[in-house]
Formats: sequence, structure tokens, C-alpha cells
Amino acid sequence: MRIRANTAIGGALMALLLGAALTGAFWTPFDPLRINLRARLQAPSSLHWLGTDEFGRDVLSRIMVGAGASVVIALVTVLLAVAAGMVVGCTAGYIRGWADRIIMAVNDALLAFPGILLALAVMIVVGTNKVGLILALGLAYIPSVVRVVRGTVLSIREKEYVEASRVIGNSEAYSMIRHVMPNAIAPVAVLATSMFGWVLLAESALSFLGLGVPPPAPTWGNMLAASRPFMETAAWLSIAPGLCIALTLLGINLLGDSLRDRLDPRMAHG
Amino acid sequence: MLGYLARRLAMTVPTLLLVAIGVFALVRLIPGDPVQVMLGDAADPAQAAQLRAQLGLDQPIPVQFMHWIAKLATGDFGHSITNNLAVLPLIIDRFQVSAVIVLVAVAAAASIAVPAGLVAAWRQNSLLDLSVVGGATLLLSIPSFWLGLLLLLLFGLKLKWLPVIGYVPFTENFWQAATFIVLPIVTLTMVEIGVLTRMARAASIEVLRLEYVTHARAKGVPEWRVLARHVLPNAFAPTWTLIGLVLGHLLGGIAVIETVFTLPGLGRLLVDSIFARDYPVVQGCLLFTAVIYVVVNLIVDLCYPLFDPRVTVA
Amino acid sequence: MTLLSVENLRIEASASKAVVVEDISFAVDRGEFLAVVGESGSGKTAAARAVLGLLPPGLRKAGGRIVLDGVDLANVSARQMRALRGPVVGMVFQEPMVSLNPAISVGAQMAEGLGLHERLGKREIKRRCLDMLARVQIRDPERTFDAYPHEFSGGMRQRIMLASVMLLKPKLLIADEPTTALDTLTQREVLDLMVGLARDHGTSVMLITHNLGLVSRYAQRALVLRQGKMVETGTSQQILFSPREAYTKRLVEALPRRGATTKARQGGEPLVSVRGLKVGFAGRQRLFRRDTGVSAVNGVDLEIAAGETVAVVGGSGSGKTTLGRAMLRLIPTSGGEIRFRGRDVTATFDRDFRLASQLVFQDPYSSLDPRMRVGEIVAEPLRHVTNLATSERDRRVEAMLDEVGLAGLGKRWPHELSGGQRQRIAIARAIVRQPAFVVADEPVSALDMTIQAQVLKLLERLQAQYGFACLFISHDLAAVEQVADRVVVMQDGKIVERGLRDDVFDHPQHEYTKALLAAAPALDFAGAAAERASG
Repeated sequence: MRIRANTAIGGALMALLLGAALTGAFWTPFDPLRINLRARLQAPSSLHWLGTDEFGRDVLSRIMVGAGASVVIALVTVLLAVAAGMVVGCTAGYIRGWADRIIMAVNDALLAFPGILLALAVMIVVGTNKVGLILALGLAYIPSVVRVVRGTVLSIREKEYVEASRVIGNSEAYSMIRHVMPNAIAPVAVLATSMFGWVLLAESALSFLGLGVPPPAPTWGNMLAASRPFMETAAWLSIAPGLCIALTLLGINLLGDSLRDRLDPRMAHG
Repeated sequence: MLGYLARRLAMTVPTLLLVAIGVFALVRLIPGDPVQVMLGDAADPAQAAQLRAQLGLDQPIPVQFMHWIAKLATGDFGHSITNNLAVLPLIIDRFQVSAVIVLVAVAAAASIAVPAGLVAAWRQNSLLDLSVVGGATLLLSIPSFWLGLLLLLLFGLKLKWLPVIGYVPFTENFWQAATFIVLPIVTLTMVEIGVLTRMARAASIEVLRLEYVTHARAKGVPEWRVLARHVLPNAFAPTWTLIGLVLGHLLGGIAVIETVFTLPGLGRLLVDSIFARDYPVVQGCLLFTAVIYVVVNLIVDLCYPLFDPRVTVA
Repeated sequence: MTLLSVENLRIEASASKAVVVEDISFAVDRGEFLAVVGESGSGKTAAARAVLGLLPPGLRKAGGRIVLDGVDLANVSARQMRALRGPVVGMVFQEPMVSLNPAISVGAQMAEGLGLHERLGKREIKRRCLDMLARVQIRDPERTFDAYPHEFSGGMRQRIMLASVMLLKPKLLIADEPTTALDTLTQREVLDLMVGLARDHGTSVMLITHNLGLVSRYAQRALVLRQGKMVETGTSQQILFSPREAYTKRLVEALPRRGATTKARQGGEPLVSVRGLKVGFAGRQRLFRRDTGVSAVNGVDLEIAAGETVAVVGGSGSGKTTLGRAMLRLIPTSGGEIRFRGRDVTATFDRDFRLASQLVFQDPYSSLDPRMRVGEIVAEPLRHVTNLATSERDRRVEAMLDEVGLAGLGKRWPHELSGGQRQRIAIARAIVRQPAFVVADEPVSALDMTIQAQVLKLLERLQAQYGFACLFISHDLAAVEQVADRVVVMQDGKIVERGLRDDVFDHPQHEYTKALLAAAPALDFAGAAAERASG
């Protein structure tokens, strides 16, 4: 019962996000970058559904383009982190011994930085732009993937069906690819889902601080930051982008929950 | 106990060393000459040379690193480039603001989240459980900076109950200081309640499934006592570990909250220094936060055996 | 005098309304021992929990009447029910590892029940706890009282559990598979303690078990359940010796019996032989030192000839599993040699040996890759058979599945099958390449009794057909008696006795072997009769 509600609401919210992002890539009601000082700070109306900002730009159009930016950044970042984390984590879990210890020591040191701080540090080096942001967030979240993958690989390696594969005469590498990796996918999928949410949140937080995608390109984070001086007179500027972030995160969290329930039947409800 | 403490302390050494190397390397990795970057294009050569010598940049890298570490060990984190203040006292001063907010918020969040998660798990799949989980998931999904803005909008601008901008240290005027930090604390508390409630609930569900809970009930133990005496201590252990992570996570993300509420905390100092290219302060902030994070998790680990006698301290 | 009467009990799953227990009626007299016998899915545990009013979440009582000590449980409040739990009815659980709270000291857990139900001073409570711990033969009651559960072995924990329940002198003790998780020797000790304590206090016992062997020794009456329905009830004697229902007959027949005659092909060239085999596990690497290692196998000599079954018997920690793994070269040895067809395979990788040897695991749930279909699992060993056409491979897989009674299930996933079916797949995987040497590590101990019998028969039939040598590792003497040609008994990593099956079973020499045999809950008819007469 709850699983279905989770999946339905989460799926609908994510579909909305993807729909907005896709549409925004090809068409928006107005040019999101066109400044129109005569139409400054207009409240939501039938013309500008979500109002206009301090430069008279249409908020809905900017939100749609911002959705695209968020989806691309989050998706690429997660793919980057998961791919790199899988390679490192599997290697560490496979070879064990000293190399594993060194990898994990470095990994733990990286984990000793809260993710967003690590991203901040990387941003200082690579500069504030989209690619820098993806690189920074990707690097920041690799350690978590490495940890999960290595732990999973180590525990699966001890499973009897992997021992059975050895008894059959399969090589270690073959057992790894045929038996260990496919069974390690599930926890990584759950992690990747949550990570999409974290990355989206971290990206908007960095943009909010002025350390993300630089204006005038719209992201939800920098729109929110720009809205602060007009909070009292133009509350819609603060409400719309924040609501978008919150709804997206809600969708991801609900989908993540239903994924976890499906993969871990012990936690299933009803 | 002492042996365990020593071993656990020894484990932090490589971590801290790697953190130090990372922070040290950071400034060296910035493209271009750091001195040029810091001073801007218009710097005159004499000034640049002086700064270079002051930062020790004219020496070989390993020597620079050893110097830097040696100075760190004596508490000398260098001086700010913008105002020439000593970095460590500056950081400590700002850290106090952040620490109060984070600690109070986590304590408040935990004291609400743990009972809520426990009760939700006890009545799993009931309407109560559904609303607790739903509420927690909702809180989890709201970005702290947006929630902060909304609260500010409501209580500061519309109702005018609380000041919108500013900060007064507790040492000057306790009640006035409290009015400035109550909203940041409420914001962080609400956000962290989401994470902690879900964790506490999941842990409690695991425990409630175990036979010793049925064993307690089969002895005639009343339900409140089953929850308080048998479930809570066992379910709290994993939540306790998470609290350490949450503290670190909050310290890392405190900059956004301090930006929303214009508080002079550690996070704001870091972000401002990044904008000002004040690298000694940036390095100091990063290093300091990492050390705090490591120390917090050390304390959390050391306290863990209190909740779980299976983890021996011997 | 009836203590407990259950009439037309019906238990359903609250959500799906699936029936778990249907129309079960039985009674327990004061001081009586009733065995409730059933395989997994029989509803025996649900029925017992219903008496305590503690059905697991998701199940609910949908009908019937339970009268306990003159009280109809339908009319009691939650508070009154709690007053009954403990002093009137107590329960001992199956898994000693999870039935004591790890965060509370043993003493506090024992005292909790007393404190709730009786008005006693602190000192008196402690005195009673210590007395009870001494009564269940815990060596150091004072120290145990302050210790935490994780410091004890499974057998010890089950004694503590028993002590904590019997402390309240319940009128009815429900014991749900109380010794299934323990090894044979400990099993006997704990059950004997339980019976002794129950007799002392005049407690009635409802012993829930899958093991008919226990019925003969401990119970006066038995109730047989199957898939939530009552099959048969009667005195133990009658259930065991003249069962009326077909299912009960099958259960009794499923009790392992000695196989016809020893096939014993003695004198042949040994297929696999080990000399002075040692396996040591290095201690854990700490930061500055290494913990002292333990040796799991300490100088074992063993020979197996083609086609024979050698059983390795021993309690937990005897090193029997390690020996099996080492003989397959799955774990490194620290001394001695292994020979296969006369060749030394101890240190060098021998492809012939790897391809000719196989392993059947204990737990059919973890030994099959959940992400492979049944057909793929059985086909996987054939990867290493050279020059095998795909069509020929598929044919062999089909034939093998047919052989183990799973024809046409090749496209299924392992999780869609029952435990018995899964173990058949594991056996098919081991046999499909026609190995010369198979190690079977407790291959039936995770299965229900009737399934155990079928799987053992399957193994025997396959062995007769393909002629592989089998190292049969087990703690279950009854199963060993059925399949073994020769038996070796292991204790603390050493072989303490060896011989032909009949010799070892009929004339055991070593004390440990005698103790194991005495503890085996086989159909000990004469002993059971004597015990009942004296009790």
C-alpha cells in the first residue's frame, strides 16, 4: 500500500522535473536571460505565471532552464562518482591486502571532510563553473561510493555461492564479474538514488553561496540567493525556486524508499 | 580502556596527516602563482616577494610542508592576508557561534527524533507511523537555506517577532543573543529531525523484530517498559553513530545557514575568505573543520560502548 | 486436570486473510509434557504464540477459544494478560543468540520478571537468581549475574534463558525448538535440565519441535501439525509405533535408519588421502601485534577410496568443516599433504583435482547466486568441460535437472523454489560434471525432516549411479548412520576415533564418541520407555 503511494508520488514528481527540464531545453515561455526593466518584480499573473525577477526576467522560464541545469549536473555527477567509486571500491575489495589498506586510508581521510566542504575545496582549485561544479561534487561523493562498494564486495565474496564458483574451477576474476558484481549492483543503485538528491541539494547550496554556476545562467540555488533582498516585496522569488528544490528532493527520497523496499524485502510493508 | 583510547587516537593520525597534506596541496594546486592570485594583477614586485617570503613559498615544497606542519603544531595557523589577524584566534572566535547553533540543533533534533522514530516503529504501518514517516521525509526534502528564508520571512518580516539581521554575542546580552540564533537553530533542528527520525525508526524496527523483545513481553513486561528498557538502548546505538556524522555534516554546511541569517560564524568566514582569496584563512578553516569532525567522531566512538556492551573497550 | 485447552483455534494473516492455523484443538494437563510436531509452515509456532497472546505482527487470532489455568483468554484485558505471562505461562525461544537482550546484564534480565510479578527485596531477588543459575549448572553464578549475554556460548545462553523463565515457576512452559540451534551434546544437556526443572516445579511443558526423536525421549503425548491443520494426536508411543495418518507415517519413516549393508570397497587405491594435515588460522593483525592464532585442524590422516562415503562427525568447533574445505584446497593448509590419485596436490594447483572435486553446502539459501536462473547455475560447471557443444551442454543440464527431480524448472529463479528444491539444485550443480570426489558439508541439516530423507536418498542414488567418493560432514548422527560406510569422529581438530560405521555405532571406544551417541535424539525406544516409567 505504502510502496505504491511512494512510487506513484515520487515517480510523478520526478516525471514533472524531467518534463520541465526537457521542455526547458527546447522551449520556454520567455527568454530566461532577456532583461526587461519595465517588467521588474511583477507578481504572478496570467502572463508571467510565476512572476518576474528584479531584471524583469520571467521566473517560470528561468525555473525550467534551472531544472535542466540541476538535472544535468546531478546526473553527470552521480554517474561520475558511481563509475569511479565502483572501479576503486571493487579494486580495493578484490585485491585486499596492503593496497586495500592504503586506498581505504585515503578514502577515510576524504570522508573526514563533510562532502560539501570537500566540494568547496575542489571548487577553489577548479573554479566556479559548471564543469568545475561537476568535478568538485563528483570527487566529493566518490569516497561514499567506494566505502559502500568495497563493503558490499567484501561481504559478497564471503557468500557461499562465490565459494561454489571457486569450487567449480572458475578464476577469481571470473567469479568477481559473474557473481560478485551483479549482486553488488542493488546497494549501489539505492546509494545512487539518494546521492542524486544530495548532489542536487549541494549544488543549489553552493550556487546559493555564489560558489556554483555563476549568474546570469539560472539555477535554483542562485535564483534563491538573488531573491534575498526582495524577500519582503517579492516573496514569490524566494518561494518558487525553493519549492522546486524541495519537491524534487521529496520525489527522489520517495523513489529511493520504494527502491530500498523492493531490494530489501525485510523492510517491505504490508 | 586506556589501550583502546590510545589505539583509537593512533587511528586518527594517518587521517589527520592526509587531511593536512590535502589542505596544503590545495593552495599549490590553484592554477597560476598563488601570490599573484592573492594580490591581484596590480601587485608591485617588492610586495609580492615579501608575501612570498612570508608564506615561505620561495622554499622547496617538502620544506614548506614541514615548516607549515611544525607551525601548526604550535598553534600558529598563519595570518590573514586581508587584515593580518592571526588565523587561529579568528577561527576559534567564529567557531563559537557555529558550535552553539549546531550543538543545540542536534541535541534538540535527537531528543525529538528518537522518541518519534521509536513510537512510529512500535506502531509500524499505522496511521501514526505513516504520518511520522511522511513528516520526516518531507522535512528531509526541504533545503535548510530555503526553510531558513521562509522562517525569516514569516517571523522576521511579516510577524516582526524576531530580528532579521545581526548578531550579539552571548557574553554581552543573553536574551538579545538568543533572539538572533533561535531561528537558525529551529531551521537546522527541523532539517535534522528528518534524517534522525528515519534512522531511529529503521533501527527500532530491526530491534522490535528480535526475539528478546518477545522474550521481554513473554515475561509480562508492560509495553512502555519494553520500549524504554529493551528497544531504546539497542536502537539508539546506530542512531548515535549517525549523530556524529550529522554534526560534521552540519558543520560543513553551516555556511548556508549563516548566510541566510547573516551570522558571523565559521562557515561564513570560510566563504568570505574564498571570495577574498585569503588562502591562509581558507586553509585554516578547512583544517579546523576536519579536525573538529575527526574529534567529534572520536568522541562518538568512545561513547559507543556505553550503549552497546558487545563493543569491548578492553 | 486440564491446565490449557485450545479449541478450534484459527489464525490468519491480517492483510491477506491467508489461513496460518485452522481449527486446531488440544489440551495440556497439569504436569504433562506435550510435543507439538511439525515441519516448517505447519503453524506450530503461531499456535504456541497465540497461547501467550503474542502473535507476530501481521498475524491475528481469527477464531477459537483458549482457556489457560481456568481463564478464557478472550475475556482478559492487556493488563491481566501481562499478569499471566511469566507466573502462569513462560516461553523459551529457539535462537539463543538473539533471545537475550545484548544491552542488559544477565542478572538484570532475570531480575526483571521477578520484580514485576512478586514483591521481593533486592537481596532476595538476587539470591533467587543465583540459586537458579546454579540449578541450571552455570559454573560461576556470581560472575554470570553481572556479565552480559554476548560473553556466553549458545548452550550457556539457552541455560540462562531457561533459568530466567523458570525463576517465575510458570505452570506452563512453552519451549519453541529450544535446542535446534545447539549441537548434539549441548542439546541433550539443555533438554535434560529443562525436564528436570519442570518436574521439580510441576510445570507442564509444550515442546514445539520438528524432531520426532525428541518426542520419544521427552513427551507423553504428541500432536502432529501440517500446513496449519491437525494431522494426528495421541500418546508418544502410539504416534511413533502405530501412526494412523499417512503423513505421520511418512514423518516416522523419514527418521534416518541404518542403510542396508556397508558397501565398503576396502583395499582399493585411495582416491584422496591426507597425511598429517594441519590448518591454522592466523590471529587478527592488530596495529602493533598479531593475536595468537588457533589451529582448527591439527594433524589429520584420512583416506577415501572411490565410491565410498566417509562421514566426519563432531560438535561445533571440532574442525570438521575446516577439514572439508582444506581437502578441497579452498583454504590454505599449514602442514601435511593432500594426495589425489597418488599425486601431491597440496601446494601446486592441480586442474584435474579442481575439476574432479565438488562441494555441497549446508545452506541452500546462500549457496545459490540469487541473480542466476536454475539452468544457468547447473550449467556453470560445464564451462570447464572442453569441446562441449551448446546443444550437448543444454541436454546434460536438462538430464541432470530431471535426475534430481526438477525437470522443467531450468528457467526459474532460486528464490521461487523451496529449501529442498534449492538443495537439489546445489546437488545437481555438484554432480553435473561427474566429479570423482564430493564433500557434502551438513547437506541436510537446514531442511525439514521429510525433505532430509528425500535428499539423503537422492545423494545415495546419485552416488550409486556415478560412483563418486563422498566426504559427508555432519553433526547429525542419525543422518550419518544412514549414509556412511566409514565414520571418523573429530574433536578439537583431531580424529579421536575411526572405523566402519557399524563398529563405531555399536562399539564406540572413545569417551567423546560415546557421549555423542548417547546424546543423539534418535528413536531410542527402550530408553524412552524406561524414562517414562520412572517419571
